[in-house]
Amino acid sequence: MTWDWNAVGDFMPHFWDGLLVTLQALALGSLLSFSLGLVWALLMRTPTRWVRWPVGVVTEFVRNTPLLVQLFFLFYVLPEWGLAFSALTTGIIAIGLHYSTYTMQVYRAGIEAVPVGQWEAATALSLSVRRTWTAVILPQAVRRVVPPLGNYAISMLKDTPILMTITVLEMLGRARLFSQQHFQFTEPVTVIGVAFIVISFLASLLLRTLERRLVR
Amino acid sequence: MSVETSKQPAAAEDRPARLIHMAGVTKRFGEHTVLDGLDLSVRTGRHVTLIGPSGSGKTTILRLLMTLAEPDEGTITVDGQRLFPATEKEVREVRKKIGMVFQQFNLFPNMTVLRNITEAPVTVLGLDRDEAEARARELLELVGLGDKCGMRPSQLSGGQQQRVAIARALAMRPQVLLLDEVTSALDPELVAGVLDLLRDIARSTDITILAVTHEMNFARDISDQVLMFDAGRIIEAGPPEKIFSAPEHDRTREFLGAVL
Repeated sequence: MTWDWNAVGDFMPHFWDGLLVTLQALALGSLLSFSLGLVWALLMRTPTRWVRWPVGVVTEFVRNTPLLVQLFFLFYVLPEWGLAFSALTTGIIAIGLHYSTYTMQVYRAGIEAVPVGQWEAATALSLSVRRTWTAVILPQAVRRVVPPLGNYAISMLKDTPILMTITVLEMLGRARLFSQQHFQFTEPVTVIGVAFIVISFLASLLLRTLERRLVR
Repeated sequence: MSVETSKQPAAAEDRPARLIHMAGVTKRFGEHTVLDGLDLSVRTGRHVTLIGPSGSGKTTILRLLMTLAEPDEGTITVDGQRLFPATEKEVREVRKKIGMVFQQFNLFPNMTVLRNITEAPVTVLGLDRDEAEARARELLELVGLGDKCGMRPSQLSGGQQQRVAIARALAMRPQVLLLDEVTSALDPELVAGVLDLLRDIARSTDITILAVTHEMNFARDISDQVLMFDAGRIIEAGPPEKIFSAPEHDRTREFLGAVL
């Protein structure tokens, strides 16, 4: 096996295209899972069983079926019912939805960790439900949820290559395409491997800075 | 036993003067009956202290008034408004009339001292921020913490935090102030400062106070009426001179003997 720097050079333009798609999937997937997870967590706290029950069943179902199956379902089955999105959009929805069922548990734990005295003080001051959440509970929950949410973001990054299976040309998709056309596997696969490590590392640095800021 | 706290034996005006009224209030936690058919009336401007052994139901009374708990039986009326049942709107109106200071302070750690005090006046009473801040600064001066506006609760001592909590409760201009063992979580050397402040407030305002306390000197100083609790009932009630000097009930004598 020989290492060919020319192959690396040839691959790089394709790599940048793939990187852009991977980062897009990561950023939007994270955003979706973070917001949807919060919505699930809040819905699970409503007093009505008729809200909690369906949300509980659906999220439990999504959490316990493979992401790949969900991805295929969204990409191949939904269009039969007239719901078709681009491959990348479908991938972002799948990742965001799948991980929202994990982030909801992060939010739940973060919310439950806020002492009951904080709720009581908010009640004693007649704060509205909305204000109690936005001014008192969630700001205190945030500092507790940032580290685990960050870990899920890194998990999502490592799950993005799965989008290749529905024709999304993210980094691994680009590498495979390049390999098939040039019969050079070592260089492109190594390049994207390094890229994953670098992104993860940068993300964890960002996360640590964020944590330090929130702890104050 | 029914208790009416009033200066004149038979007050002419009944309704508005009788600010708090509880009748036949029972509260159970599982098998345990915390309050057992309690009757209690408090007139506007009275200072009432609730004393008695732990678990005798004193704190539960404050929590019921603040709507932090619901009674299993009985009626509770505040300023003519019946609670349990009441609409959300009615409950909110009652809450606005009542301020509460907690044993564990319960300041909002994510806000500055000033923001802790202005949050409710701005978002609940609709004061504009400048006005609310001016009042908050006055209150902080009153509690002796005028220089701590920008600090976080975690940067303050327990006694300072509790004084901020008192200022926060007063910022809502409540008619009733509920004090739930406000010095129990404090280091001994910090207790006096908080109690002196509350004595001042009791003396200089016409606010109605219900205080659960284990500080008998404080109870003696501020009270018009002292209620002795035991096992979910008021077993003895009267002005502090009587309760502390000539208690009638054996349990009261026993309790005072143990704490004084």
